[in-house]
Amino acid sequence: MITIGPGEGLQVDLQSSVAAQFGRQIKAVITETLEGLGVTDAHVQAVDKGALDCTIRARVTAAAVRATGKDVWKD
Amino acid sequence: MRNSKVVTLEEAIRRSGLKDGMTISFHHHFRGGDKVVNLVVDKLAQMGFKDLKLAASSLSDVHKPLIEHIKNGVITGISTSGLRGELADAISHGLLKEPVVFRSHGGRGSAIANGELRIDVAFLGASASDELGNACGVPRSENAKSICGSLGYALPDARYAKHVVVITDDLVAYPNLPAGIRGADVESVVVVDSVGDSSKISAGAIRDSKNPRDILLAKQAAKVVINSGYFQDGFSIQTGTGGASLAVVKYIREEMLSRGIKASFALGGITAHMVKLHEEGLIGRLIDVQSFDKVAAESIAKDPSHVEVSAVEYASGQHLGSATHALDIVILSALEVDTQFNVNVLVGSDGIIRGAIGGHQDTAADSALSIIVCPLLRGRIPCVVPKVTTLITPGKSVDVVVTEYGIAVNPARPEIAQKLKAAGLPLVDIRDLAAKATSIIGTPDPLPFGDKVVGVVMNRDGSVLDKIFNIQ
Repeated sequence: MITIGPGEGLQVDLQSSVAAQFGRQIKAVITETLEGLGVTDAHVQAVDKGALDCTIRARVTAAAVRATGKDVWKD
Repeated sequence: MRNSKVVTLEEAIRRSGLKDGMTISFHHHFRGGDKVVNLVVDKLAQMGFKDLKLAASSLSDVHKPLIEHIKNGVITGISTSGLRGELADAISHGLLKEPVVFRSHGGRGSAIANGELRIDVAFLGASASDELGNACGVPRSENAKSICGSLGYALPDARYAKHVVVITDDLVAYPNLPAGIRGADVESVVVVDSVGDSSKISAGAIRDSKNPRDILLAKQAAKVVINSGYFQDGFSIQTGTGGASLAVVKYIREEMLSRGIKASFALGGITAHMVKLHEEGLIGRLIDVQSFDKVAAESIAKDPSHVEVSAVEYASGQHLGSATHALDIVILSALEVDTQFNVNVLVGSDGIIRGAIGGHQDTAADSALSIIVCPLLRGRIPCVVPKVTTLITPGKSVDVVVTEYGIAVNPARPEIAQKLKAAGLPLVDIRDLAAKATSIIGTPDPLPFGDKVVGVVMNRDGSVLDKIFNIQ
């Protein structure tokens, strides 16, 4: 699950069952997805149980849309 | 003197001459429902024993109380086929000073028979025993409280341990025969309230899958069996644990019926699926070292063509008479398979022990055709990898790997590849499967292993195959 709150710069707290092997990659996907949406300041809490990157991108996008009210799929 | 063998647990321990530093043994036929290990080790701790070596045929989640006994110095060494749950987690993090010695079921049988694993006192749970110690895993009276079926893994202990204590929850009148554990090998009989919860025999690794991916894998594996050249009247088969490998039997059954093919025997952990085929007349004999569920346990109790075999007769690599040598086809699961066809069934991709060798090494090595069934990925965890985390079954014993992204055949078996290709099955190079996994999940960072050896994996011939390091 991805939770987004206000923050300065992009800060990602990750809790993952695959953190040792994939934590670095998961954080990078979250950061890249947010940057792609133009989000530069946010505090992200991510709880992961081994999801694939495509799923993580979709979850981050959905959370960002709900947090900002800006619908990236329509706009 | 009548009843001279029937004593309390404390008296049995005293009589056994057990001393600090000695080796005690147990079987795991009650799997997740076992009560004997915890009962006996608690008593040994209470009596002040230290530095004992525990030689179990396997250990599971239910043996978590051993953590405290290890911390208190009661248990200082373990040998087993597998470890699961909190005990496995603690040991993976370095709880035990001595490395755990992991052996396959056949390897343990051999090691006991040839004296490499010397057992001072065996504590063997049984669902029925008479006062002379003739004991079995099936009910023999109306008062029976438990059933576990075959006692195959306990039989080498009963035969070779210096001192044998049978622990039962139903003392029946002599003669409790036929019985796998023979009274002549038994020194004491202890009666307790319960040796195990039979409803938990099929807990743990064994599950009947409704997962559509498992069903797809099972169907593909069944096609491999059917087109392998070994699917002929009189063939023999074994399936391991894991949803997909168990489900294969269902699909093979359909083909057996339509072609009028019958199997001569099914081996190993016997399941309800195998019992069903046997009762339908599709499998001649069930050769049972371990009953994987209650249906199998009930079948061995009543059916003379469903027979109990010891771990040595089942799968010893050092005894040419063992049943695995007569086995045509085995279907097994895996945590990881690598591009050399090596298999890991013991250590998770997080570096934590979470499985058991079981009969994997033995059946893969001795059978004519070994088939590994596993998905390409479990979540983000790859199952086809460049190199396994821990080597359990060497690639030279593995013939075919079935995944939902295609079937890989060991290049050492070109004749099988040819047959499967002719049948139109989707063959792939195993290196392409590993590359496909990497393309989806990325390249994993290395695991944070320390430099302390927490486990040693033995090959079935008694040599060291691999070491497991602590995870940080």
